Amino acid sequence: MSNQNALQRRPRSVLGLVAAWLADLFRHDKAGFLGLVSVVFFVGLALFGPLLVPEPGKPDVTKIYQPPSLEHPLGTDYEGRDVLTQVLRGGRSIILVAVLAALLSTAIAITFGSLAAYLGGTVDSVTGLVTDVVLTVPQFPLLVVLSAFVKLDRPLLLALLIGLLSWPTLLRAVRAQVLSLKEREFVEAARALGLSTFHILFREILPNMAPYIVMSFTIGITAAMYAQVGLYFLGLAPLAGENWGIMLNLAWIRGAIFFKDSVLYILAPVLAIALLQLSLVTAARSLEGLFNPRLRES
Amino acid sequence: MPEPLLELHGVSVHFRRGRTLLRAVEEVSFCLEPGDVLCLVGESGSGKTTLGKVAAGLLRPTSGSVRYRGQDVWRLPANAFRSFRRAVQIVHQDPYASLNPIRTVADTLVAPLLHHGIARNWADAVERAARLLELVDLVPPEQFLPKYPHQLSGGQRQRVSIARALTVGPELIVADEATSMVDVSIRVSLLHTLRRLREELGVAFLFITHDLAMAKYFAWQGRIAVLYLGRVVELGPTPSVIGHPLHPYTQALLAALPEPDPELTRQKAKLLLRSLDIPSLANLPGGCSFHPRCLYFVAGLCDVERPPLDAVDEQRAVACHIVQQERTGSDALRARMEVPTWGNDERLSSERG
Amino acid sequence: MIKRRQSLNEPVLSVRDLVIQYEGAGGVVQAVRGVRFDLAPDESLAVIGESGCGKTTLGLALMGLLPKNARIIAGQILYRTRDGRIYDVVRLSGREFRNFRWKECAMVFQGALNAFNPVLKIWDQVLDTARAHGLRDRTRVRDQCERLLRLVQLDPDRVLQSYPHELSGGMRQRVMIALSLLLEPRLVIYDEPTTALDILTQRAIIEVLRSLRQELGFAMVFISHDLPLAAELADRVATMYAGRIVELAPVRHLFYQPRHPYTRGLLLAVPPVSGPLTTVASIPGSPPSLAKLPPGCSFAPRCELATDHCRSEEPPLCTVGADHWSACHCWSAVSLDRRTERLGGASHA
Repeated sequence: MSNQNALQRRPRSVLGLVAAWLADLFRHDKAGFLGLVSVVFFVGLALFGPLLVPEPGKPDVTKIYQPPSLEHPLGTDYEGRDVLTQVLRGGRSIILVAVLAALLSTAIAITFGSLAAYLGGTVDSVTGLVTDVVLTVPQFPLLVVLSAFVKLDRPLLLALLIGLLSWPTLLRAVRAQVLSLKEREFVEAARALGLSTFHILFREILPNMAPYIVMSFTIGITAAMYAQVGLYFLGLAPLAGENWGIMLNLAWIRGAIFFKDSVLYILAPVLAIALLQLSLVTAARSLEGLFNPRLRES
Repeated sequence: MPEPLLELHGVSVHFRRGRTLLRAVEEVSFCLEPGDVLCLVGESGSGKTTLGKVAAGLLRPTSGSVRYRGQDVWRLPANAFRSFRRAVQIVHQDPYASLNPIRTVADTLVAPLLHHGIARNWADAVERAARLLELVDLVPPEQFLPKYPHQLSGGQRQRVSIARALTVGPELIVADEATSMVDVSIRVSLLHTLRRLREELGVAFLFITHDLAMAKYFAWQGRIAVLYLGRVVELGPTPSVIGHPLHPYTQALLAALPEPDPELTRQKAKLLLRSLDIPSLANLPGGCSFHPRCLYFVAGLCDVERPPLDAVDEQRAVACHIVQQERTGSDALRARMEVPTWGNDERLSSERG
Repeated sequence: MIKRRQSLNEPVLSVRDLVIQYEGAGGVVQAVRGVRFDLAPDESLAVIGESGCGKTTLGLALMGLLPKNARIIAGQILYRTRDGRIYDVVRLSGREFRNFRWKECAMVFQGALNAFNPVLKIWDQVLDTARAHGLRDRTRVRDQCERLLRLVQLDPDRVLQSYPHELSGGMRQRVMIALSLLLEPRLVIYDEPTTALDILTQRAIIEVLRSLRQELGFAMVFISHDLPLAAELADRVATMYAGRIVELAPVRHLFYQPRHPYTRGLLLAVPPVSGPLTTVASIPGSPPSLAKLPPGCSFAPRCELATDHCRSEEPPLCTVGADHWSACHCWSAVSLDRRTERLGGASHA
C-alpha cells in the first residue's frame, strides 16, 4: 500500500524516533546529551550499584580519614572504609524512593488536575478544596512530626508520604494549563467528533503538555531527594543501611567538616546529589525536542 | 412531510459574567433541510459563532430547542445524542489552532475513524483517510498524511480540518468563518471545495461569516440570515437579500462594504447612521436593538416595542416595524425612507475630475 | 495650519532599489527584494499583498522600525522635508530618527487600537506624545487634538477624559489616526488600518481618512491585503508579491486594466457584493516561501501565462503605459474579463 509506505518512511516506531532524537542531540546540544548520559549512569547506579560494587569492607582503624589516593579515590571515612564505594552504593534507596514519590505525586497531579479542569463544576470545586488544604500544610515539618509516630524505615512508606504531600503545586499548574488548552479549537473539534473524554485528555491535551510534565517530574525527584536526605541528616529516619543521607548524618556527627583530610567524606554525597540534580534538569530540558515536532527537524 | 434536518426554535443563549448577563443570542429560529445552505451573516458580537456551536451541539442553549430530525437533541438518550453529534460537524476559523500540533495529518484523521469503528484497523483507516484527502483536493494524499500541521500552509490546514469533519459522515457542516484567516487568493478555492462537497455528498452547510461577498458567492442558491446583536433581523434567499435588502441594518451593511471597483465603490451611496456606537451585549437598547443607529427610527415605536421577525412574502422575513408598515402601505412612512447619505454628488464630481 | 500646496512636483518619498534581509537560524531571507516607487506630497498609495509578500517589512523600514535581525543591505529611502532637505531614512542616526518620527512621518500599526497604555487617560497619553516631540504648549496641543478628534467624528471632551478600555475598538482606532496627525506630518503610513474592525466601523474609518486627506493634505501609504480598501482610498496601487512590487498603477488602471497575472488573479478572487454573480477564481498553488524562491519570475509556478523565459529570467519592473509599471514578460497578454455566471445552473465552474 503506497499510503503505508508513506507512513513508514519516517521513523514511525518509538525506537526510531528516540534514536533520531539522540543523534540530533549529540550534534547540537552536547550539554543535554551529557546530562542524559549522566542520568542513565545514575539510574544504572541505583539499580545495579549494590550488586556490582563490593561492600566497603571492614573498619580499619589505621586508615581513618585518609586523603584521596589511587586505592581510595575519595579517601576514607571515620572507620577507614572507602568513601567512593559508599557513594556508589548509597544512591540506590535515595533514588528509588525519590522516583517512586515523584511518580506518585505526578500521577495524582495529572489525573486530578486535568479532570478538574476538563470536567469543571463539582469535581473542580472539590479538587480545589482538597488541594488548598494540603497546600497550606508545610511539607517538611509535617514529615518531621510524622517521623515521631511512624518508623520511616520502609522505602515504600517514605515514598508514599513524600509523594502524598508534594502534588498540590503541580496539580494547580496542570489544571491551569488544561483549562487553557481545553478552549483550543482542536479540542472542540475532538468533542464534536464524539471522541471520549479519556481520549481528549490523554491523547490530545496532555501530550501537548509533555515537556512541562517531564520537567515537573524532574523537579519532583529532586525535591523528594532533598526531603529524604533532610530526614536522614536530622536523624529522623533510621540510620540503618547506607545511603547518601546516612553518610551525611554520620559525617556531620563525626565532625568530618573540620579536617581537611576528611572533608571529602562529607562532600562526596553532597556532590553526588548535586550532580544528579544537574543531569536531571539538563536532560529534562533537552527532552523537549523529543516531544515537539517543530523542533525535530534539524 | 419529513422533518427538517436541523431546526432551532426560539433559541436563546445567555452568559453570566460575574453580575452581568450577556445575551449573546436571543430567540433565534431557523431550519435546515438536507443539502441546504444557510449563511449566518453578522459582525462581531452578533452571536453567529455562538449559534454555530449551538447548532453543532457543543453548547446548550439557555432556552429554546434544537431539533435534529424532529427530536430535541438535549433530551436524547446517550447513543442517539452521539449519532446527532456525528451528523453535525464544525470547521473552525483559525487554521493554526484547529489542528493538534503534535499529531500528524494521518493521526488526526485516523483517530475518529478508529474510534467510531468506521475503519476496521489502522491500514483501513489510513486508506479511508487518503480518500478523504482526495475529496478535499489535497493530492497526492501520501504526501500529506505524514505531515505535521506546522508543515502545511493555512489553506492546506483548513482542508485537513474539513477532511476531519468528513470522517464521521456528517449531514451538516458548520463552517465558522472557515475562510476568514486564509489568504485571499486561496479563499475561493476553499469555497469551491465546499461547494463540491455539497454537490457530491449532499452535505448541508451552515456558513457563518462576516464577509458578505463570500456569503453571496457560496450561498447564491441558498438563504442568508442577517444577525444583529443576537437576533435575526432579516432572512431570505441570497439574491433577494443582497439585491434588495429590506432591513435598515442590512441596507447599511451592504452600502458600507467597499467594492473592488473604484467607480462602483465611490458611487455607492453610503448610509449615514445615527450613531456609530455599538451597544454592549450586557446593556441592550429597549425595543428594537438597532434603533439608536437606525435612520427609519420612529420614536415611541422602535424604542418601545421589539419588532418580531415577520414574513414579508413567502420566502423572506424582516424584523422591522417600519418595513412591515411599509408593506401594508403608508405614505408618511414612505417619505421617511429617503435617507441622507455619506457621499453626495459634489464630492463625486470633484473626484472624477 | 498646514500649507497645502508646497513643492507639488517633487516627491515627498522616494524609495530606490530597497533590499531588506532577515538573519535567522535557517540562514538569510530577503523579505524585500528591490522596491522602488515615488510618492507625491498629496498622494495616497496602497501597497496590496498577501501574507509573506514583504509589505509589513517595507512599512517598518519606512519608519526605521525594523527588528534587530533585519538589515537594509541596499537601496535608499529618500524623504523630503517641507523646507526641501532630503534625508536618507536608511542612514539616520538615533537622534535624527526621533525628529523624523511622528513629526515628519507617522505610522499607525495593525492592532494599534491596543497600543494605548491601559492605566493612563487618553489626554495624558496625547500630552506625553506631544511633549516627547518637543510640543510643550498645552493649549496648542489641546486645540490641535480637539480639532483632529472632531475630524474623526469623536467627541473630544468625552474621549480625552476616558481610559482606553472605556472606548470601543473603532473609537480607539480613530483616536490613533487622529494622534498620528497631531504633529502635522507630511507622510503617514497605515498598516492594515481597518482589519479586525466591524464593517460599519470600517466604513467610518474610510470616510474619516478620506476627509482628513482632503482637509489636511498629507501623503499616505497604506499597507493591506484588502483590495476593495485600495479601490476606496488609493490614488495609486502597488501589488507586492514575494518581496517585490509586481505592478504599480493609478487605481483605475490597475482595477480595470491590470497588466500582471497576479493582480488579475487577485481581482478575480475578490468578487463584488453588489450586482450579479461574476466569475470568481482563485490562484492555484500558494505564495512561495521567501527562503526558497523559484528561479526566474517568482509568480511563474502559479501563472497560466508562464513561458520558459519567465521561468529562467526574473522580469524587471518596467513601464507598460502612462504611469503604469509591471514586472511581467507577458504583460500585454493579461486581460480582465469578469463574466457573469449563469444563474440556476446545476453545476458551476
